[in-house]
Amino acid sequence: MATRAPDRPAATITGRASHRPPRRFLSHRFDMKVSPYAYVAPFLVLFCAFGVFPLVYTAWVSLHEWTLLSDVHRFIGLDNFATLLGDGYFWNATFNTLSIGVLSTVPQLIMAIWLASLLNRPLRAQTFFRITLLLPNVTSVVAVVVIFSQLFGRDFGLINWMLSWFGGDGVAWSEGTLSSHVALSVMIMWRWTGYNALIFLAAMQAVPRELYEAATLDGASPYTQLRRITIPMIRPTIIFVVIVSTIGAMQIIAEPLLFGAGTNGGNIVTGGPDRQFQTLALYVYERGFVNFDFGYASAASWVMFAFVVVAAAVNYLFISRSRGDLT
Amino acid sequence: MRLRYLTLTAVAFFSAFPLYYSVVVASRDNAALAQVPPPLLPGGNFLANVQRVFDTVPFGLALLNSFVVSGSIALTVMFFSTLAGFAFAKLRFRGRNAMLLITVATMMVPAQLGIIPLYMLMVKVEWTGTMYALVVPALVNAFGVFFMTQFLQRALPTELLEAGRIDGCTTWGLFRHVVVPAARPAAAVLGMLTFMTAWNDYFWPLVVLTPENPTVQVALSTLASGYVNDFVLGLSGTALGTLPLLLVFALLGKQIIGGIMQGAVKG
Repeated sequence: MATRAPDRPAATITGRASHRPPRRFLSHRFDMKVSPYAYVAPFLVLFCAFGVFPLVYTAWVSLHEWTLLSDVHRFIGLDNFATLLGDGYFWNATFNTLSIGVLSTVPQLIMAIWLASLLNRPLRAQTFFRITLLLPNVTSVVAVVVIFSQLFGRDFGLINWMLSWFGGDGVAWSEGTLSSHVALSVMIMWRWTGYNALIFLAAMQAVPRELYEAATLDGASPYTQLRRITIPMIRPTIIFVVIVSTIGAMQIIAEPLLFGAGTNGGNIVTGGPDRQFQTLALYVYERGFVNFDFGYASAASWVMFAFVVVAAAVNYLFISRSRGDLT
Repeated sequence: MRLRYLTLTAVAFFSAFPLYYSVVVASRDNAALAQVPPPLLPGGNFLANVQRVFDTVPFGLALLNSFVVSGSIALTVMFFSTLAGFAFAKLRFRGRNAMLLITVATMMVPAQLGIIPLYMLMVKVEWTGTMYALVVPALVNAFGVFFMTQFLQRALPTELLEAGRIDGCTTWGLFRHVVVPAARPAAAVLGMLTFMTAWNDYFWPLVVLTPENPTVQVALSTLASGYVNDFVLGLSGTALGTLPLLLVFALLGKQIIGGIMQGAVKG
């Protein structure tokens, strides 16, 4: 006992019960009971001030008529939300967000699983391939959009030049609804496919090798092995990646903002002259930081958050119900 | 077998080509871009273009700002995350699980949800247009704490801490002599990831900064949106602002990838 707790006062052993324990005992108790809070305190205080508080305060602002220009913030209940439901631009942005989200996420995740399965076998230059795959993810979103705006350029873009080999006319990528969504999806896919492939690869490396050896002995093709062994075994990671990607896709803003800036200058927050690629997050930005209508923008961000939750939940149910038949 | 290498090489090519092409454009002039076929090899105009970038936007200031901001965020995130991660992983105290749960839960909430109040806060304390607006809200983040908690739970044997206690170490002593050495590899990865995220961050800096006192990303977006048909200028800036980071990544890539994949398995 003496060795396990040297700080314990000898008084209790000799029976001379002291009401004033020695200082070391007190400081040890203090160290054990109170000091853990000191370790989390800097994080918690800053996190609450700059992370949690703004989230909650957005809800409060959304219930007010609140603009930058006026110091009076009138409480209007759910009026902002009611206006929002009849706001055509809002629903247009919702449609664009869903469309770009599906176009970018679905092919991206399928490709990522496939790439991961290619990397998950003995391979020379493994590190080289991994680093190259992650290069796009290290590139900033600004750089990505600037580069791809030039690649997708109508007159001198490399992509239209290559399409012309097959007799394609110059596509004005940023002008159409579908074509602009495709262009934006390509940028998003380019940036995130490799990253997700590495996440899947990490999960695949944890699958026991014996399963594959047994399957090979039974004559299962690589495709069957992928479908019957790999995908069921990495299901938790798939669910995780799908949910994170859904959340990310619902928040896309920098791509349409910069794509608009690079292609029509001037009025950049509308996502093209016909709002053909304005996403929800970009609409929130327009209302909040161009019109400075904080109340309305806050309401829009809360509805956007509700959509994120619904989309993530739907995807979660979809993925966890489908049993190993994702391919 | 050969097909697999061929496929992977093709994918690697598509991953790297847009970056290569940005260098091609950055080393040409606008007239060369209008040619058919477009140029596919670098030209000799890079330094002249760089000069134009520095003449158009305060790019030197932007580099300095980005470096200071990303560096300080990376350091504080490393320190505070190790501190809190140690407590969450190895110390017992009331409310620990609830706090950890809230931290992880907020990782799933889009950061954009809080951006309006955060902006109002910055206006109130008069930090808009300054680097404080970028650094202070980013001093800690939930991901860092989660990452370090995960790592220390796995990599730091509780017996080691008990042994330290028996030898009379206080909690602070344990932190300094046992936790910090054990946490170093993970903290380094966290620092690199945080630095890259902060360097590439665009949306929040765009909201709170002005073009006169920008970070690299804000300066790049000024270049790209202000001069619509001047692709050479935009891509020269891009190459200039991206290549240093890519270089660092190429050197430390193995560790960074290891970190990403480690975090993923437990995530």
